[in-house]
Amino acid sequence: MDNFFDLVPLVVMIPLVGLLINLFAGRQLGERGVSIVAVGASGMSFVIAVLLWIAQVNTGYEAAVIDMPILSDWIVIPSANVTIPWAFRVDTLSVTMMLVVTGVGTLIHIYAVGYMHGDERFPRFFVYMNLFLVFMLILVTGNNFLMMFVGWEGVGLCSYLLIGFWFDKPGGVGWKNSDAARKALIVNRVGDFGLVLGVLITFWTFGTLDYYREGEAPIAHHAATDAEAPLFAPTLPGEEETHAVSGPLGVFNQAELWLEEGGHQVNFGMVSLSFETTLTVITLLFLLGVTGKSAQIPLFVWLPDAMAGPTPVSALIHAATMVTAGVYMMVRANVFYHAAEFSSFVVAVIGATTALVAGFIAVGQWDIKRVLAYSTVSQLGFMVAAVGVGAYAAAMFHLVTHACFKALLFLASGSVIHGMEHGHHHVSHGHSGHHDDDFDPQDMRFMGGLKERMPVTYWTYLFGTLALAGIIPFAGFWSKDEILLDSLKTGVDKGLLSGYVGFVLLVVAAAFTAFYMWRQVSLVFLGKPRHAAAAHAEESSRLMTWPLIVLAVLSLLIGFINVPSGFPILGWLLGEHQFTSFLEHSVTYAHAGTFSFLLATFAVLLALGAIYLARSVYSDRVLATLREDPLAINPRTQRAFALSSAKLYWDEFYFKYLIYPYRNAAYWLAEQLDWRFWHDYVHERLLRDPFNAATRALSGRVDKQVIDHSFDGLGHATRRIASRLRRIQTGYVHIYTMSVLFGALLVMILILLPLIRDWLGL
Amino acid sequence: MEDISLVTVVLMLPLAGLVLMMLFSRTEQAYKWAALVTSLVTFGASLLLVRNFDTSAAGLQMVHRVDWITADSFTIRYYVGVDGISLWLVLLTTFIMPLAILASFNPIKDRVRLYYIFMLLMEWAMLGVFVAQDLFLFYIFWEVTLVPMYFLIGIWGAEERIYAAIKFFLYTMAGSLLMLLAILWLGNEAGTFSVPDILAKLESGELAFSTATGRWLFLAFAIAFAIKVPMWPLHSWLPDAHVQAPTAGSVILAGVLLKMGTYGFVRFNLPLFPEASKTFAPYMAVLAVIGIIYGAWVSYGQKDVKKLVAYSSISHLGFVMLGIFALNPAGIQGGILQMVNHGISTGGLFLLVGVLYERRHTKLMSAFGGIWRAMPLYSGIALVIVLSSMGLPGLNGFVGEFTILLGSAGSSVLSWWFTFFGAIGIILAAIYLLYMFNTVFMGALDKEENKHLPDLNWQELWSLVPILVMVFVIGLQAGYFFEYMDGSVKELVDYVNGYVLSAAGH
Amino acid sequence: MGSSEVAVELYVLLSAVLFIMGAMGVVLRRNAILVFMSVELMLNAANLALAAFARQWASGSGHLVVFFVMTVAAAEVAVGLALIVTIFRTKKSIDIDTVHMFKG
Repeated sequence: MDNFFDLVPLVVMIPLVGLLINLFAGRQLGERGVSIVAVGASGMSFVIAVLLWIAQVNTGYEAAVIDMPILSDWIVIPSANVTIPWAFRVDTLSVTMMLVVTGVGTLIHIYAVGYMHGDERFPRFFVYMNLFLVFMLILVTGNNFLMMFVGWEGVGLCSYLLIGFWFDKPGGVGWKNSDAARKALIVNRVGDFGLVLGVLITFWTFGTLDYYREGEAPIAHHAATDAEAPLFAPTLPGEEETHAVSGPLGVFNQAELWLEEGGHQVNFGMVSLSFETTLTVITLLFLLGVTGKSAQIPLFVWLPDAMAGPTPVSALIHAATMVTAGVYMMVRANVFYHAAEFSSFVVAVIGATTALVAGFIAVGQWDIKRVLAYSTVSQLGFMVAAVGVGAYAAAMFHLVTHACFKALLFLASGSVIHGMEHGHHHVSHGHSGHHDDDFDPQDMRFMGGLKERMPVTYWTYLFGTLALAGIIPFAGFWSKDEILLDSLKTGVDKGLLSGYVGFVLLVVAAAFTAFYMWRQVSLVFLGKPRHAAAAHAEESSRLMTWPLIVLAVLSLLIGFINVPSGFPILGWLLGEHQFTSFLEHSVTYAHAGTFSFLLATFAVLLALGAIYLARSVYSDRVLATLREDPLAINPRTQRAFALSSAKLYWDEFYFKYLIYPYRNAAYWLAEQLDWRFWHDYVHERLLRDPFNAATRALSGRVDKQVIDHSFDGLGHATRRIASRLRRIQTGYVHIYTMSVLFGALLVMILILLPLIRDWLGL
Repeated sequence: MEDISLVTVVLMLPLAGLVLMMLFSRTEQAYKWAALVTSLVTFGASLLLVRNFDTSAAGLQMVHRVDWITADSFTIRYYVGVDGISLWLVLLTTFIMPLAILASFNPIKDRVRLYYIFMLLMEWAMLGVFVAQDLFLFYIFWEVTLVPMYFLIGIWGAEERIYAAIKFFLYTMAGSLLMLLAILWLGNEAGTFSVPDILAKLESGELAFSTATGRWLFLAFAIAFAIKVPMWPLHSWLPDAHVQAPTAGSVILAGVLLKMGTYGFVRFNLPLFPEASKTFAPYMAVLAVIGIIYGAWVSYGQKDVKKLVAYSSISHLGFVMLGIFALNPAGIQGGILQMVNHGISTGGLFLLVGVLYERRHTKLMSAFGGIWRAMPLYSGIALVIVLSSMGLPGLNGFVGEFTILLGSAGSSVLSWWFTFFGAIGIILAAIYLLYMFNTVFMGALDKEENKHLPDLNWQELWSLVPILVMVFVIGLQAGYFFEYMDGSVKELVDYVNGYVLSAAGH
Repeated sequence: MGSSEVAVELYVLLSAVLFIMGAMGVVLRRNAILVFMSVELMLNAANLALAAFARQWASGSGHLVVFFVMTVAAAEVAVGLALIVTIFRTKKSIDIDTVHMFKG
């Protein structure tokens, strides 16, 4: 069974091959061929993930590090002691993520074949989808932070491409889609900035970025109650002394070792910090990355806009998998977060606040996908808060259940949109005069009564809603309950503020969840159709409904993988906290949730109460004549609803205080400072023009006037003298002869001068 | 008399090709192909350099050394060779040139013969800069590069080509003169212009100068190189030169010429003036970081796509400078790799801009939109190159930037906030590049004149494909490239740090 | 030789007288032919002096020069007379003052 582990590169390679085939031969293959390749690649990855899971179970949950074939190590700088390999890690955490990504991914691929049918860029869509799988799987299987970062940014890229997939829709929609795509990538980059800095500090602190080295296992705290048991000795190859020094250990075990020793000082560059402070800094920087990728306050603004992408994308990337990468990363780094108490507090507060704020905003939305988007933000808040209160297993558990029921909800909403579009098409064909331009297939105001028209969609949607609302025995109940209980316990047992804050905020958020979901179900499916399109909507094709049914079943059943200890009957029947035990092998600080009958009852009653409230507000009578939301009309809730509708003016705030100032500053820098001042004024007015002026002065005054004139003068003088001299040339021969004679005489006198002098006795 | 080394062969091949081309080519077509073949042969020969390179040695390899001018008090030599610092830059030059030549096939219709003569001259001079080990020889090559580039911009450039060409020439010339003074001073003191000899004399104590002298000399060299890089605020010639130059000119300018500046810092400033390097490192790094942020910010404010790419160079080369003045192996190696990366990515970006310009004769971003729909192949390639410039992990740009930041974070001369502000450049790069990509390639294809743009022709395609390949190769296997530079850089860093230590020990 | 020989001073004296007469002729006469003859007189005065000195010092070089001078004089006569004839043809006069075309 051991060599099953060697299959892990295939998880990444198969979608890669699939996307390359579709990239280069997509046009020739046709829709059918493309779908077979893409779905096949995704499915085969899933099969391998299952094999890896089996291998995990059979080898006693032993982790393995597998090098990437073909490629050698990625970044190696011997003189700087940098070695960052391409290496995969198979452990229970990565296998869990692989199963979620490829499992949900395959279902969504199948659904997308139906959803994207007839799109002119059908092959390209599946290229992107497979590319996404590649990056997401690199993210979850990489054995070091930098490989995770490859996946991290790579999925961001796919998100960009897929949000902007319909970049050329007419009527300004294309530009809106493109802007949404850009927003997503840039906001994520802000988060990545934090992540990169965190990774840099991690490297200089530990001298490596590997989670664990080959053959090294995480220290199992849940088992090692024996205080005398050596911390990590049994799992390490070679002698202990060589490992006492930093270097050969992976970051997490090294961190535990230093925490155990205490008083470790981190020195690199010009920085010197205590190890505990360093961990706090690292975890806070990582948190910035998480707020970007997992859409938490303050960087959650991109996710609702990301709904511009095709619905399968929203389901796969913006609900089930990519956005949970932040949670995965924090769970992976649970050793750090466990040690960094302050960071954990911040994480819990951010997560819980996000859960509440997003839940609140979701109430005021009309767009069917936008409601789900804010719901996703809210649920991610639950997971992040769970990490903050130290409930790592609960966070992962909620991640898994949420992946199922939120993917289901998105796909079902896609089915609704498809049905509405179909109905609209039908209507505008039937009566060519009746054509309204403001029709929006995603606006819930146009829907209503779809229960009869689209029964499969309705029932599956209902399953998803109940799971999300946390009604027993649906999946959401188990995971949400565990998070609530864990936060309360963190507060009560450990006396941590984060637990209380988290619990209170999350309970309110849970109530909001049930309320807005039931509002949505009422608006979409219940009552009578409010628009001709809704009245003529049709159930989607089998290709789309089958994945819905599978996901609905999963939403009902998946919660049973982690029944809390102490739950009557079921615990005995299915085994208690199976999932947590599975995770414990790779997540050091995972701990199992217990069951509190009181809290569970309270949570379910709260959810049911919220549903009842929602149903009474959005009753059939109200729905029949719906123009405005009843909450918007009611004077008591009017203000709150307006605030919710406006998304708390969060985007406006960013635009006003960050984006416009940055952009205007850019224009000012580019046009005024750099061009007008530096380029034109300094270089031309202060450097070139004075130089030219000096040149003119030299050539005009000095050269033309002084130097030229002096030479001209010489010429003139010569001519003047010559004209005088010519007068002696009379032309008369005797004058010439006379002058010759006198000249000769003169010469003779000169020659004889000494003689004459002597003769005269001078 | 030593044997003729492979380095000399690589250096002289463009010149030999030039002579043969002028002797035997009769038609313009023949000139084009002769230039292309010459540059390809040179590239092939430079690959042999890599094959023969001994990665375990730190010093110069494949050295060729002949006395050129001997006088009583000094000797000037023809002294060439490669080491880990220059090897990849030589390869970058020989790699970029065939692409630049191929990309000129269609756009250049005027005075074709002269154009290719200048191209090969350019290649020869640039190779000379990277392999010369004698300061005097280096200076000659350094100045010779100006001439073909001056004419490339001045003859085949856009509307304001004369202004741009003169500005380019004057700006770089002004810096070079200071360097010439410093070179003459050094040569006179040392009695030789050969850098290895000068270093040996410095090490043995035979040649010594005061701290103040060292700093002045450092500055004289630094200004010449900083103008070439260009470091903020000496960048004003760059947008003019880039915007006015023909496509291939921009490619060479961004791809190779700017690296001569950063290379000069590593090759001359660090080893010759270690004390000054360490003293000035924080100041240089401040300028580098300002360049990173300023360049990125100003890029975002541009309306002309070529100008945007030009300013992005300031930002990218800021990263290189930050890495170099981290004065540790990771930083310098990251810097050297980033020089190569920038040459490939930004060279690619200029090629891409050239493709658009050929079709529409405008570089205003607002004239485009939705190009992806009209030219899918072109846009797909553009996406990869934009992402590489943006530093997407797995592509080449990231490896360089990450290693540089790794170096600056661990640097013992730079405090943490250099890394912090440097990393902000990563966000800003995404902002301006995506702004460009969105406005040009995404959005609705709503302008009539864009609807029937032809996709890439074979010359354009084949000038871009090698770039794509290298983007992935470097991005996925950076270790291979670091392996070659490791020995030389380690020695350099040890020397710089060792010098400072021993000076402090006195 | 002996006492019958004439003293060299007398020759020189005669030569000087002849030369001065010639010079006066050249300067004062207007008739071109007479000017010409005066020039000849000056040349022969010089010849006389040369021959006298050559004899006194028993050196052949003086005679040599005399022959040269005579040759030059002959040539001069040939060219000069030709010129005078041409001038006479154009100007109908051989008065040298009528010929001043070379006035500057």
